[in-house]
Amino acid sequence: MKIHEYQAKSVLARFGVPVPRGEVTFSASDAAAIAERLGGNVVVVKAQIHAGGRGKGGGVRLAKSPDEAERLAKQMIGMTLVTHQTGPEGRKVGRVLIEEGLQIERELYLSILIDRAAGRPVIIASAAGGMDIEDVAATHPEKILREHVDPATGVIPFQARKLAFGMGLEAGPAGKMVKVLESIYKAFIEIDASMIEINPLILTKSGDLLALDAKVTLDDNALYRHPDLRELRDLSEEDPLEVEASKFSLNYIRLDGNIGCMVNGAGLAMATMDIIKLAGGEPANFLDVGGGANAEQIKNAFRILMADSNVKAVLINIFGGILRCDVLAAGVIAAVKELGVPVPIVIRMEGTNVEEGKRILRESGLNFTTADSMGDGADRVVALAETAVRA
Amino acid sequence: MAVLLDQNTRLIVQGLTGREGTFHAKQAAAYGTNVVGGVTPGKGGTTHEGWPIFNSVHDAVRETGANVSVIFVPPPFAADAIMEGTDAGIPLAVCITEGIPVVDMLRAFTFMDGKKTRLVGPNCPGIITAGKAKAGIIPGHICKEGRVGIVSKSGTLTYEAIHQLTGVGMGQTTCIGIGGDPLIGTTFIDALKLFAADPETEAVIMIGEIGGTAEQEAADFVTREFRKPVVGFIAGQTAPPGRRMGHAGAIIAGGQGTAAEKMDALAKAGVHVVKSPADMGTRMREALGR
Repeated sequence: MKIHEYQAKSVLARFGVPVPRGEVTFSASDAAAIAERLGGNVVVVKAQIHAGGRGKGGGVRLAKSPDEAERLAKQMIGMTLVTHQTGPEGRKVGRVLIEEGLQIERELYLSILIDRAAGRPVIIASAAGGMDIEDVAATHPEKILREHVDPATGVIPFQARKLAFGMGLEAGPAGKMVKVLESIYKAFIEIDASMIEINPLILTKSGDLLALDAKVTLDDNALYRHPDLRELRDLSEEDPLEVEASKFSLNYIRLDGNIGCMVNGAGLAMATMDIIKLAGGEPANFLDVGGGANAEQIKNAFRILMADSNVKAVLINIFGGILRCDVLAAGVIAAVKELGVPVPIVIRMEGTNVEEGKRILRESGLNFTTADSMGDGADRVVALAETAVRA
Repeated sequence: MAVLLDQNTRLIVQGLTGREGTFHAKQAAAYGTNVVGGVTPGKGGTTHEGWPIFNSVHDAVRETGANVSVIFVPPPFAADAIMEGTDAGIPLAVCITEGIPVVDMLRAFTFMDGKKTRLVGPNCPGIITAGKAKAGIIPGHICKEGRVGIVSKSGTLTYEAIHQLTGVGMGQTTCIGIGGDPLIGTTFIDALKLFAADPETEAVIMIGEIGGTAEQEAADFVTREFRKPVVGFIAGQTAPPGRRMGHAGAIIAGGQGTAAEKMDALAKAGVHVVKSPADMGTRMREALGR
């Protein structure tokens, strides 16, 4: 789960990570008062969306007076911000963070995530802060420093100093880096983060380190033990159909194509998208109904698939292990009868009780196309989608 | 022979008294696996479906001589269950549970470091040795004894590969679901090492997916020292970047972990890479010249 920058900063600050003073608002009319409270000559108005690259899209602006802060906030709230991470449709800005302006000496990069190959957390640091780290990795790999953390010890001070001196910091700020990294690592473990990225971490002219930006992604599997963090979910950042699917424990991701698919198992669901593409079609979604899907879930899955008006045909690809094919067939028939699914449906089933499942489909009197294999199913559904007109 | 499980397997089920544990213990026994008991803290001394239940893995191992444990424990308690099995010295722990927090697994791996327990999973369908034994949820009836090993990050895609092999008349030795989480115990390379040493396994189907670099590391290993034919498939060729595709580990992050780079690495290592998941069985038959 992603959270907003201002939420990330407030969480990190709880663990002792230094962040700029600032306040968030949903309403431009509060902006001037916030700027007033922050004082100083300059404040920064930052659009809060779950995507990077906001600066280039006009989502981060300097204001030299409280009035200007209000004007900028007014422009931003309600605007659709397009960045290289949002896709062309962009994201609607609902809230802005207003922060004190700071005198920046240097911009550094810091992140922590799990190194899957090493099986432990890794801190990534770079003197080239403020840029896309992927670009730095591609053009100047030597500027990227890595330090693995042993979960048994946590960050050891020498590791923080090594990174700090590696980024060219002087002794003073390098000493501060020890505290910053210890705080970030503590936060990473205690909030069950998948990633914390501080880009940039700034060195101010007065020699302080501060997290000028912060991205935190939380481990969905651990949210059950962080009810306070779960509250930070912003549904307006997510696709409405995906939100709806998540209520029924369906793993649904909306894509651009016109062939809906319903599959059990994440790997088979990805493979089904792949084979549709190979057959010349475009998948409209990823949908894993899980191993223990029941009739109710299948009905909900159909409802969500059909809510995407691009869908012209549906491929159901089920390999029944625990999920029995006869149960699936009965569930599909019930769903189609109740919802009146207006597009052709191709069903490929295999595994437990497959013969019984096929018999139920045949005798239903409904117009299903059955397929003998994944490849056959993909060919058939692609052909049907080309000619289908949605009723 | 085969690997990991055979007629000498003595299986305990951690979480046997739960719904999933009970169902799959019965399935395993019906397949011929020697299921010797279960562990549910607080229910020690009772029996469930005829099996003795113990309070701890230590008790279960001491009383039954169990050498494999399969774990059907809910996510909040699963890492604890893995560590308990490890402490009891069980040689093989197979964790089916999906949804274990990564921080819990970090702790478990730190604890397991240097100890003798092999972990398969978590978030996996488990292991089946065709015709002999199973630990996990892979349906037994689709398997057929044969000469091909399978190692896979995905459950139902493993069933698909088993079905295709059986369909072209080639059965399986052992099928190992290694799981779709970012942190897992047994890796592709570990499984390939087992298959390399098994004279019954003539060839291997390897099923990967987007996310991480485990497939690329496996490709390096194949280049260096794996001499049996490998057919490979990578799921997620059409997956959008930055989205988690069902499995916690299936995500293209920072432009890395794409299907294309994995397929390319495997092809360069001499793996017979299929673009279509429907071609795994037929391609294996061709690779073995049958």
